[in-house]
Amino acid sequence: MAELGRETAQDRVRFRGGGFAPGQRRGPALLVFAALIAFWQGGSSLGWINPLFLPSPAHIAQALYDVAASGELWRHFTASLGRILGGWAIGTAAGLALGTAMGLFTLARSIGMPLVSAIFPVPKIALLPLFILWFGIGEPSKLATIALGVFFPTVINCYSGIDGVARNLIRMAQSFDLPPRDIVRKVVLPGAMPTIIAGFRISSSVALILVVAAEMIGAEYGLGAFVLQAGHLMATDQLLAGVVCLSVLGLIFGAAITALERSLLRWR
Amino acid sequence: MELRLEAVGHRYDDLTVLEDISLTVQAGETLALIGPSGCGKSTLLGILGGLLQPSSGRVVAEGAVPADCLNPLTYVFQDFALLPWRTVADNVSLALEHHTLSGNERHSRIAEVLERTKLSDFSSAYPRQLSGGMRQRVGIARALAVRPAVLLMDEPLSALDAQTRDLLMEDFLDLWLREKTTAVYVTHNLTEALRLADRVAVLSRRPGRLRETVPLAVPQSERGRPEAQAELARLQQHLWTLIKEEARSAEREMADG
Repeated sequence: MAELGRETAQDRVRFRGGGFAPGQRRGPALLVFAALIAFWQGGSSLGWINPLFLPSPAHIAQALYDVAASGELWRHFTASLGRILGGWAIGTAAGLALGTAMGLFTLARSIGMPLVSAIFPVPKIALLPLFILWFGIGEPSKLATIALGVFFPTVINCYSGIDGVARNLIRMAQSFDLPPRDIVRKVVLPGAMPTIIAGFRISSSVALILVVAAEMIGAEYGLGAFVLQAGHLMATDQLLAGVVCLSVLGLIFGAAITALERSLLRWR
Repeated sequence: MELRLEAVGHRYDDLTVLEDISLTVQAGETLALIGPSGCGKSTLLGILGGLLQPSSGRVVAEGAVPADCLNPLTYVFQDFALLPWRTVADNVSLALEHHTLSGNERHSRIAEVLERTKLSDFSSAYPRQLSGGMRQRVGIARALAVRPAVLLMDEPLSALDAQTRDLLMEDFLDLWLREKTTAVYVTHNLTEALRLADRVAVLSRRPGRLRETVPLAVPQSERGRPEAQAELARLQQHLWTLIKEEARSAEREMADG
């Protein structure tokens, strides 16, 4: 018995609390990314991949350089960027206005809620032909499509952000007799800001999708038009160069929103 | 300033939480409001300061308000209610910004209350960087900045650990007993009530009625002395018998019962 007791007493307690806490490192991501491109380039150079269907990374880079050097790319890029910024600004301004009203007032909420639920699921690009009839084929119909697409997610994020503001903070402000205007400005809107900015990520990607779609339907310039034309000419290297530009555009928006979060939400 | 509750009752839908409460908070006294959980003491405090509309009865404030008082009935909240996006100094400033104060006057008031609550070194810290005790100090600094006529405190120490609670209690005594600010202090903790109050009002449970008000004859400054202990122990025993049965049934009640 004594021996058995000593044996069990010698058992070391096994550590069993590890794992389930993923971190993030930069190295493996870069390595896999580089390997993927190298593999693709290798496949193309060895003739395994038909360049007509999938041009090599070097070809795409060359095409990108060519259209950039001719100034053509810049024209398409700025046309798309202008539409996105314009449409996004209109949709966001209107969305924040209605979203704030719905967050604060019973009447606005009673009217706005069913309206939003009814129109939100409609794919906005389906309304572009209607907007073309209303506003003509030019810029306004594209801006309207993008603005409408941006409007609904902004409304939803804005009022749910306001709903999420802690009641006790509003009661506190009331207990110090802050005027309602100040409560909105100093308590409600800053409290809703994280949710509103998170909504910007959704609405900016909606704007990016819609600008490409709208430009494919009817535009002379713009990345969507550029990609479509390249497709018609089977210029897949230019097509993919356009896609690279769209991806860069998306990354720029993401970075801009992150910067906005850093400066406005420092307190978190 | 004196606050008078006149036959105040309150109900949420079918549930009567407070019934026929008449009670006067006298100028300069600290009144502790105790009772088992669910007796409506926080509701009563909300009614006292005008944050809740009573179903029946009314609250009357009587007496002059000091000239420099910006917000006569001022709350200190259990969960501190600090704006996380404002620094300590700006949280205090929130209570002052909508009043017509010169910039200088505002800054000097903020500096003064931060000094009194020992927060001067933390004026540009954000709430998340502070411990619970420090956060409640900010809540108290904010309340003091408006020079309140009556302080309404809703379990201000309940969210804190025991040691922090003792430390802050000492500070409370320093801060407002010296100046004889009128205060209503809601708590479920008998020790806090016996340490801080001039008078203890005991509420019964659902519907909350006023069972008894117990005056504490020993002044706060002498409650630490050995010769006061027998009397305090007697009072504690008395208060405990008043709420014990109801605390027991409160504890057995199901959430939606």
